[in-house]
Amino acid sequence: MYLTIILTTPWEIFLILLPLFGGVLAFLIPKLNKTIGIVTLMLTLSFVVCIAVKLLNTGAYYHLIGGWNTPLGINLYIDGLSLVMLGLTALMGTGASIYAIKYFTQKQSLWFWPIWLFLTAGLNALFLSQDIFNFYVTLELIGLASAALTALSNTKEALIGAMRYLLVTLLGSLAYLLGVALLYHGFGSVDIAILSKKIESIPVTWAAMALMSAGLLLKSALFPLHFWLPPAHSSAPAPISAILSALIIKASIYIQLRLWISLFIPLNNFYFEILFALLGSLAILWGSIQALVQTRLKLLIAYSTVAQVGYIFIAFALALGGMSVAWSALVYLILSHALAKSAMFLVAGNLLHFHEHDRIIDLDRIAQRLPLSTTAFALAGVSIIGLPLSGGFIGKWFLLEASLSNNSWGITLVVLLGGLLAAGYIFKVLGFTFTKASLAQKTKEIPLSMELVPLFLAVMAILTGFFAAPLLSLIQIGNPFGTVGLSQ
Amino acid sequence: MNTLFLYAVVGVGLFSTGLYALIVQVHLLRKLLAINIMGSGVFLILVSLSARTTGTQADPVPHAMVITGIVVAISATALALVFMIKIAIKTGKAELSSLEKE
Repeated sequence: MYLTIILTTPWEIFLILLPLFGGVLAFLIPKLNKTIGIVTLMLTLSFVVCIAVKLLNTGAYYHLIGGWNTPLGINLYIDGLSLVMLGLTALMGTGASIYAIKYFTQKQSLWFWPIWLFLTAGLNALFLSQDIFNFYVTLELIGLASAALTALSNTKEALIGAMRYLLVTLLGSLAYLLGVALLYHGFGSVDIAILSKKIESIPVTWAAMALMSAGLLLKSALFPLHFWLPPAHSSAPAPISAILSALIIKASIYIQLRLWISLFIPLNNFYFEILFALLGSLAILWGSIQALVQTRLKLLIAYSTVAQVGYIFIAFALALGGMSVAWSALVYLILSHALAKSAMFLVAGNLLHFHEHDRIIDLDRIAQRLPLSTTAFALAGVSIIGLPLSGGFIGKWFLLEASLSNNSWGITLVVLLGGLLAAGYIFKVLGFTFTKASLAQKTKEIPLSMELVPLFLAVMAILTGFFAAPLLSLIQIGNPFGTVGLSQ
Repeated sequence: MNTLFLYAVVGVGLFSTGLYALIVQVHLLRKLLAINIMGSGVFLILVSLSARTTGTQADPVPHAMVITGIVVAISATALALVFMIKIAIKTGKAELSSLEKE
């Protein structure tokens, strides 16, 4: 009986409406905003579990909003890929929310909770969307919300970082919208399922692809379009840095993925693979080297994100080139990076709170005084480096497998070198957690919840490595990657 | 050369002008104006595309898209203006580069 209720309730609608409602409520009743926020995120998490049950029973499905079918109405679509992204959002979002309860001052939390819940609604809507115009709307929603969150600490650095981020995200969205306009002009629809049947390799498709890809790559901060990321991600408050790195970057990568696996199939050719692989490799090398030379912890972590985005795009290039194992690599890299990087940013927030600075060289016996945070950082680091058994290891293993069977020795070399460089910057931080700083510093106490959340996320990043088989079969529901790349 | 083509060319022209200005202009207000001009270019293209049907009636879907786009553009401009004013108060200049010059 319970199963019938789960199978017939449109959870996907609640997934968008509930955070929206919660956001308004948190704004109207500021006294209860923390409770409202936590309850909303927990409910979101349980809805995602219900959707997972539904997917396992019925397979991928459409939800017709208001009962109107395409081309008149708007469809929501759920398959394994969207489920994993929704799950990641709910899980990481709940973690960040619990962390945020103790982190923000009363005045900051007044703004944090409504905007963060709106952002959750935007992310959920994005991962459920099935038409390219809805992608634009949701991209703008999350862009505006995350720019506002970046500026929350109200310092000079944060404001300038937020302003730069806002301009970049608006530019990206406009380029994307122009691409949508061209596709609509060429094929008379914005629904992905309808478009994918009609699409051909004609000039208007090429122009649309170029505009949409440029816009999305700018938002995903792929080298050399990463210039806005380090200042924005490093100056935002810790939970927000975690959300930006773990979820917002992934949202535009997800759209890019959706477009290439269902729309731009006729355009797929060798030169794109070369381009993505080259930019990805440069991102890994440049991001890792920049991370190595940073003196501030949050900037180091932000540059590490630039490098990790490079891995994701290398997996993307290999997958486009026909290596189906690279799809698994891609999803694994997205998951493990999101969990590990959010744990790292939250630990950085703890250290910043503890010492009131984040200069790596002046960390004072953190390993003894904040053992939980140090453990979290080390575990997250294990996943970022890609040491065996962690989620990051599985992702990089698939990546190496794909590059070796493709005879792409250059990529193999870059992936291995990137791991080495990552080990360099992680151990650089870990080394200083054991030493005594030269100058005495006053410290502040860290609430237990702020130490446990990053530890939990880091453990999850490791655990995803143990559950590779069930996770990968979950992603395969609805066969999101279709025949792309497999046909060659 | 038909009217649709003319509109599209003007739209692309506005988009490119805005992009150029966004990159070269230093003052944030000018950057914001540039973004808005780019947006107008995209909207012009979308509106002109609604003449794609051969009948007398225009295609309403692009119009709906433009309205959504305008709403987004207004909210984004409002947010950016607040950022700009705050930056101007904190640094004395409405520019992005004011951090590096210190």
